[in-house]
Amino acid sequence: MPVTITIPAPLRQFAGGQSQIVVEAKTAGEALDSLTTTHSALRRHLFNDQNTLRNFVNVYLNDEDIRHASGPDTPVKDGDTLMIVPSIAGGSVIESEVGQDLPELSNEEIMRYSRHLIMPEVGMQGQRRMKAASVLMIGTGGLGAPVGMYLAAAGIGRIGIVDFDVVEESNLQRQIIHGTKDLGRRKIESARDRLRDINPHIEIETHESRLTSHNAMQLFRNYDVIVDGTDNFPTRYLVNDACVLSGKPNVYGSIFRFEGQASVFWAEKGACYRCLYPEPPPPGLVPSCAEGGVLGVLPGIVGAIQANETIKIILGAEGLMINRLLLFDAWTMKFREFKLRKDPKCPVCGENPTVTKLIDYEEFCGMAAHQAPPPDTKLEEISATELNARRLRGDKLQIIDVREPHEFEIAQIPGTKLIPLGHVVGRMNEIDPNAETIVHCKGGVRSAKAIAALKRAGFQGRLINLKGGITAWSEDVDPRVPKY
Amino acid sequence: MITISKQQLDEIREHGVRDYPYECCGLLLGRYTAEGKVVTETYPISNAREESAKRNRFLITPEELMRGERYAASRDLEVVGFYHSHPDSPAVPSNYDLEHAWPTYSYIIVSTRADQATDLFSWEQQEDRSRFNQEEIQCP
Repeated sequence: MPVTITIPAPLRQFAGGQSQIVVEAKTAGEALDSLTTTHSALRRHLFNDQNTLRNFVNVYLNDEDIRHASGPDTPVKDGDTLMIVPSIAGGSVIESEVGQDLPELSNEEIMRYSRHLIMPEVGMQGQRRMKAASVLMIGTGGLGAPVGMYLAAAGIGRIGIVDFDVVEESNLQRQIIHGTKDLGRRKIESARDRLRDINPHIEIETHESRLTSHNAMQLFRNYDVIVDGTDNFPTRYLVNDACVLSGKPNVYGSIFRFEGQASVFWAEKGACYRCLYPEPPPPGLVPSCAEGGVLGVLPGIVGAIQANETIKIILGAEGLMINRLLLFDAWTMKFREFKLRKDPKCPVCGENPTVTKLIDYEEFCGMAAHQAPPPDTKLEEISATELNARRLRGDKLQIIDVREPHEFEIAQIPGTKLIPLGHVVGRMNEIDPNAETIVHCKGGVRSAKAIAALKRAGFQGRLINLKGGITAWSEDVDPRVPKY
Repeated sequence: MITISKQQLDEIREHGVRDYPYECCGLLLGRYTAEGKVVTETYPISNAREESAKRNRFLITPEELMRGERYAASRDLEVVGFYHSHPDSPAVPSNYDLEHAWPTYSYIIVSTRADQATDLFSWEQQEDRSRFNQEEIQCP
C-alpha cells in the first residue's frame, strides 16, 4: 500500500530535503523501516541502539498515536498519512527527579567548576555526581600524584589516600604532589596538604597503612572507585582481587622506564587484571622503578589518564577503557591499544572462581620465599660499616658491583669490579673463588639475586651480600658517595 | 545560527520568571533560511503540567506540538525550535536532553531565579547525536 510519511522540518536534511515521502508498506513499522532503509541517516534520529523507536519520537497515523493502536504492527492502508512528531523533554525536570539525593553546589563551587558546568556532558548534574562520589587512591607516588591532584581539582567529594611511606629526595623527580619542603614527612600528610590547597571544598581521608589482605575489603567498601597507583605485583593483585570481590571498578595504571599501561578493570562489565595476567611474573624478572628507573613525566601522563577514566566512571560516560589495554611509549611517543576479553576461566572473576577471598599476595608472587631464603641457601650478609672496617684492616676482599653501567657512573664504592646482574653467571670466571667476595648493588636486592644465581651455577667461593647496598655505604660510611 | 529579536528574548525571560520556581516552555516559530533560523514569534505553552511533571518527563507533548505546528502552518511558519527555563540551574542541556532531541532545532534554555532571568543560551544537537553545541544568537 502506498503510504505518505511527513518528515518534520529538522529531519528533512536527512531525507534529501523532502517534506513528504511515499513508501510501500502494510504496517506502520514497515513504512518506517522502508523510509530509513532509503534514507539511512534518518535512522539514528528515530531509533535507538536497541532498534526501537526513541521514546520521545511519536508516530501518528491519521492523527492517532500508533502507540494507542498496535504500535509498529498497526496496519496501514492506501492513502494513509504517517506523521513523525517529537515530544520535547526538559532536562532540569529530570535533574530534580534523579538528582534528589545529590548534594547541592554552593555559589563558590559553581564558580570554581564553571568550565565543567558549561559542558552538557558534565553539567550541573555531573558536577553534583562528582561531589557525591568517593575515590580511594592506593599510593601517593608517581601515579597517585596526578591522580589525586586532578581528582581534587575536579571536585570529587571524598578522596581517600593510602600510603605508609615518607617523602624522599629521589621521589621528587616525578611525585609532584610532594615538594622539597616535605622531605622526611609522611606522604599521606604531605599529599593531604597539597590536595587541600588545590580544593578546600572536598573531604580528604588519610589511611596510613600498607594495603593488606586484612584491611583491603573494609577500606574498599567505603569508596565508589579504586585507583591503583602501586608499584609492585603483590599489591596490584591484591587491589584487583579486592575490587572484583567488592564489585568496584579498578582504574589501573603502571609505569616502567619509558613505558606505561592503563586500563579500567571492572569485573561486572569486562576483564579484570587476572584475565590479562593470570599469574605474576617470576620474582625478579620485572624490576621495580627503583631498580629500572622511570622517566619522571611518564607517571604524569599515565596518572592523568587514570584520573580521566575515574571521572568518566563517575559521570556515567560511555567509552570507558573497559576491555581495552592502553600501552604508551614515551620514548617513541606512541600509544597502542589492545582488546581484552573477560576470561571465563579467570580464577577470580570467571565462571567458577577459585579465589573467593583475599589470599597472601606476597606468597602468591613468590616474594615470601625471596625475603626469607630457605636455611640451606642462607644468605651471608655484611653491613657497610663492617665492610669498611675489614677493608681498613687490610683483609683480602673482592667487591663485585652488579648494578648497570649507567648506575656505576652515578656512584661507586672504590675498588670494585662491575659485572651487571644479567652477566654475572656468564662472567663467573672473572670472580676469584679463593677470595672472599662481597656482592653489592643499589639496595641489596639484586646482589642477593646475583649470589643465588652464582650458587645455582655452581660457584664454589664464599659470597657475602652487602646489606643496603651502596645506599647504606653512602649513609653509614662515606657521605661523599651520592645517593640516587 | 538563530536570529531572534530582543523583544522575543525578553518574552522568553519574562515567561521564565513568571513561572518560577516551575519550568516554562514554548515553541519558537519562524523560518529556516539559508542564513539559519529566523524566529518571528514565540508560542508559550501553557504551564498546566506541574502536577504531572513527576510522572511525565516531557515538557511539550506531541499533541501540544501538533497544535503549535497547525497554528504555525496557518501563518505560513514552521517550528524552528523550543525554549524552556532551568530554575536555579545553569542554562545548559543535560545528558537526558541529548537523548531526547533532534538536530537542526534550536533549544533555547534560560536560567531563572525568583526575581530575574540570568543566562540565556541556545543549543543545537550535533548531527551524530553525540553532544549539544552552543549556537550563536543573532539579535538584530
